[in-house]
Amino acid sequence: MVAETRQTDWIEHVRRIEQERDETAFAELFQHFGPRVKAFLMKSGANETLAEECAQEVMATLWNKAHLFDPSRASVATWIFTVARNRRIDALRKQKRPEPEDLPWGPEAEPDQEEVLALQQDTARLGRALADLPEKQRHLIEKAYFGDLSHTEIAEETGLPLGTIKSRIRLALDRLRHAMR
Amino acid sequence: MDTIKHHLTESLLMGYSSGNLPEAFNLVVAAHISMCDDCRARLASYDAVGGAVLDDTAPACLAADSFEQTLARIKGEAPGRPTISRPAPGVLPAPLREYVGGDVDAIRWRPVGGGVKQAVLPTSQDATARLLRIPAGAAVPDHGHRGLELTLVLQGAFHDETDHFGRGDVEVAGEELHHTPTAETGEDCICLAATDAPLRFRALIPRLVQPFLGI
Repeated sequence: MVAETRQTDWIEHVRRIEQERDETAFAELFQHFGPRVKAFLMKSGANETLAEECAQEVMATLWNKAHLFDPSRASVATWIFTVARNRRIDALRKQKRPEPEDLPWGPEAEPDQEEVLALQQDTARLGRALADLPEKQRHLIEKAYFGDLSHTEIAEETGLPLGTIKSRIRLALDRLRHAMR
Repeated sequence: MDTIKHHLTESLLMGYSSGNLPEAFNLVVAAHISMCDDCRARLASYDAVGGAVLDDTAPACLAADSFEQTLARIKGEAPGRPTISRPAPGVLPAPLREYVGGDVDAIRWRPVGGGVKQAVLPTSQDATARLLRIPAGAAVPDHGHRGLELTLVLQGAFHDETDHFGRGDVEVAGEELHHTPTAETGEDCICLAATDAPLRFRALIPRLVQPFLGI
């Protein structure tokens, strides 16, 4: 339950950043995620100077793009991961990153609180499942997410229980599509 | 949306999520997901794995003035756009329009023989991406693959030895597939094709012109 409560707290932090431009909330988010983003970038092959610079840029992006975060489709950690990953591709591989068309997000499509909570619970469960994987398998998945595994080395079957979380997000997308009509 | 039958593989979705694909493949994945909510949800579940990995990473030491410097960056940058603009309806999904500089009428086609036209898109060198326009009822010469070839249908439809592919469908062809994609009658077929190795044509003529086509 601790992990779920913490993930839900982070959502409230992002809301405060977006709506109240709350620097205290940002400082707390920074204190937790800043050092992890830097470590993530260093494990992905960035030297310390570059990792520090990119981590600051990633955290600044969170402040500026807080309105794009949708808690019915991702946890805060997941959202930060995607921002850090894109920064890594840009800075380390010097490539453009084509992104899917985003779904418009307006006041008519406020996230449903039950959906948000359920997704955070699914995410926490996924985190535990990942931690419980055999050492070798977990290491391989980490290696992939640190950008160190070619797509031909990535197996079709990872043994990760993604079915529940996928169905949950699919429902959130259906609701969003419906609200957009 | 619900008519898409051919989807992205697990390894392509995880490769895109973890940032391990060549740019040309990223483009196919982003374009397909723009049209397919099922793969969008599957991708989000792989992103969630990335979030769990990030949250579980042992923290590194930040510079002493890291927070102050970040605040300075924020104050130096323009604030983000408050809303996402909805792209105008068209044939090409938004990520492709960025490479083309517009929708279908902005594509600069070059003939490659047999009425087939192509436009190579600017991506990193580790794989190539091209748009193909196959006249209704015409075929692309029989070819095999050394690496991986992804073909996403954007307009019309084609069929080959394996199946039928309509708008939004993506065919994932590996080394084992030798095929002759043929456009259905009625409408020209426009596809986005990406490959990480040169195609291998079976007939002599296409093999001779291959260096000139750049495929």
